[in-house]
Amino acid sequence: MKRETIIENIKVRSGKDLLEFTDKSKNRIYFTINKTILTQIAKYLFNEEKARFSTASGVDTRKAVEILYHFSIDEIGLIVTLRVILDKLDIDKDSLKAGFQKGLEIDSLTPLMKCAEWIEMEMHEMLGVNFKGHPNLKHLLLKDDWPEGNYPLRRDNI
Amino acid sequence: MAHKIIPIGPYHPLQEEPEFFKLHVDGETVVDIDIELGYNHRLIEKIAESKNFDQVAFLVERICGICSTSHPFAYVNAIDDLIGVQAPERALYIRTIIGELERIHSHFLWLGLAGHFLGYNTVWMWAWRYREPVLDIFERVAGNRQNYAMMKPGGVRRDMFEEDFSWIKKTLKDLIPKVDMFKGAVMDDPVIHARTEGVGVLTREDVHQYSVIGPTARASGVAKDIRKDDPYAAYDKVEWKVITYEGGDVYSKAVVRILELYESINIILQCLDKMPKGPIDSGIKDIPPGEGIGRHEAPRGEVIHYVMSDGGNSPSRHKIRAPSYMNIASNKKAVIGETISDAAIILAAVDPCYCCTERMAVVDYKTGKKLMDGQDLIRLSQEKTERLRGRHNMPPLH
Repeated sequence: MKRETIIENIKVRSGKDLLEFTDKSKNRIYFTINKTILTQIAKYLFNEEKARFSTASGVDTRKAVEILYHFSIDEIGLIVTLRVILDKLDIDKDSLKAGFQKGLEIDSLTPLMKCAEWIEMEMHEMLGVNFKGHPNLKHLLLKDDWPEGNYPLRRDNI
Repeated sequence: MAHKIIPIGPYHPLQEEPEFFKLHVDGETVVDIDIELGYNHRLIEKIAESKNFDQVAFLVERICGICSTSHPFAYVNAIDDLIGVQAPERALYIRTIIGELERIHSHFLWLGLAGHFLGYNTVWMWAWRYREPVLDIFERVAGNRQNYAMMKPGGVRRDMFEEDFSWIKKTLKDLIPKVDMFKGAVMDDPVIHARTEGVGVLTREDVHQYSVIGPTARASGVAKDIRKDDPYAAYDKVEWKVITYEGGDVYSKAVVRILELYESINIILQCLDKMPKGPIDSGIKDIPPGEGIGRHEAPRGEVIHYVMSDGGNSPSRHKIRAPSYMNIASNKKAVIGETISDAAIILAAVDPCYCCTERMAVVDYKTGKKLMDGQDLIRLSQEKTERLRGRHNMPPLH
């Protein structure tokens, strides 16, 4: 019952910004949404449904960087994954090494929930995503003098 | 204000979660904490992309030395979710037994170290001694005391033999009186109450805000346990209950872990009785394109693995999140406002890596001169216990 309510609520709140919905299995559902409404949907899940933020996975698909935010609704064992696709806008040979790319920018969820702080720092250094509004966007796992514009999990150069 | 900084860490190369705590102290009180990670970052997520799906199970087993089956367990759950396959029933029971044996030895390890930090070195020696029979069971079942290599996508790699069952049951049943002893030692000792009650409290709201998991959350009265919430393996086929305790302090965390020992023994005994005969492997041939999320309730909390496949031989993306990643961040909340002599046990209460905390040093903020090292801080903690024992008219421990 709660599962259907959550699906319905996310669909209503996203409206035309919901790009895709995948009902993978009983306990796994995926929503692909526009990055503009990420904070709004995350706020609904975290504050209203009291979901637990499990983690986020950043994936470089060569043309874009996808971020999957995994929220866990523990009462019913459901994982709601919000997928956001950040297109690499200015993809050309010169800009590849230039560090941040224009498209790779998204609002930070850290002001909403403290548990997102570390994983956003990690995605920032590993994939070069800029999280707007993050209070402490420095290196988490890599050393502080890691060469700028070098992102270990990016696949631009392959 | 002339704050001093106490660096704790940075790392011990043999341990699985080296982290570096910088305690900012004003006199005796901790006023702020910086947590730094990454001293042992091996980028296993990237290495996984160059291994085939079978090899990844061995690779992730090497992430953690203490709970070495947690990551393979979550990984095989992720692959099973990706394909939509269920391992044979016998394999599910074997997976459960391995997962619970690991919880027992990991909780014993924590109990011993917590005792050591508080000055109860007898508890330390006892706990580690009673951990040995569990490792003996592992040796009999898997051939190894650690890194059991039992998990495999779609099943398990090795069968268990019925002729071992009665010995395993006896070994586990012999452990129950020992757990009773620890339960008494912790719950009846006024000094342990004084040292741990109301210390390093995490409220329910903190649990939500920091999304902490495992015994750390359950000690704050939040009944979150992946084994119950999102059942996998044989956890929905046996009777057991989720242990919670109100309080959120170090004492509650210790009690939750001790009571979980009973539940784990209970789960294994039931699994040994109920385990059906049959195949142990569903014989997965190809991994189709797609994505899967697997979870396992490790001794420290939920481990989550996200695996993406493009239909090839190896994962195209493999994201791993260990429970301490969430739990350690909550130290920021738990330790501020407490005293230095309590810091060691608070930081240890979420059950992170201990060798890191052993490398603590107090350094003068201005001169950089070392004032105290890890041994001194443990001594400080142990002396506080002795003082409290004096107040309770109890004989000194040392």
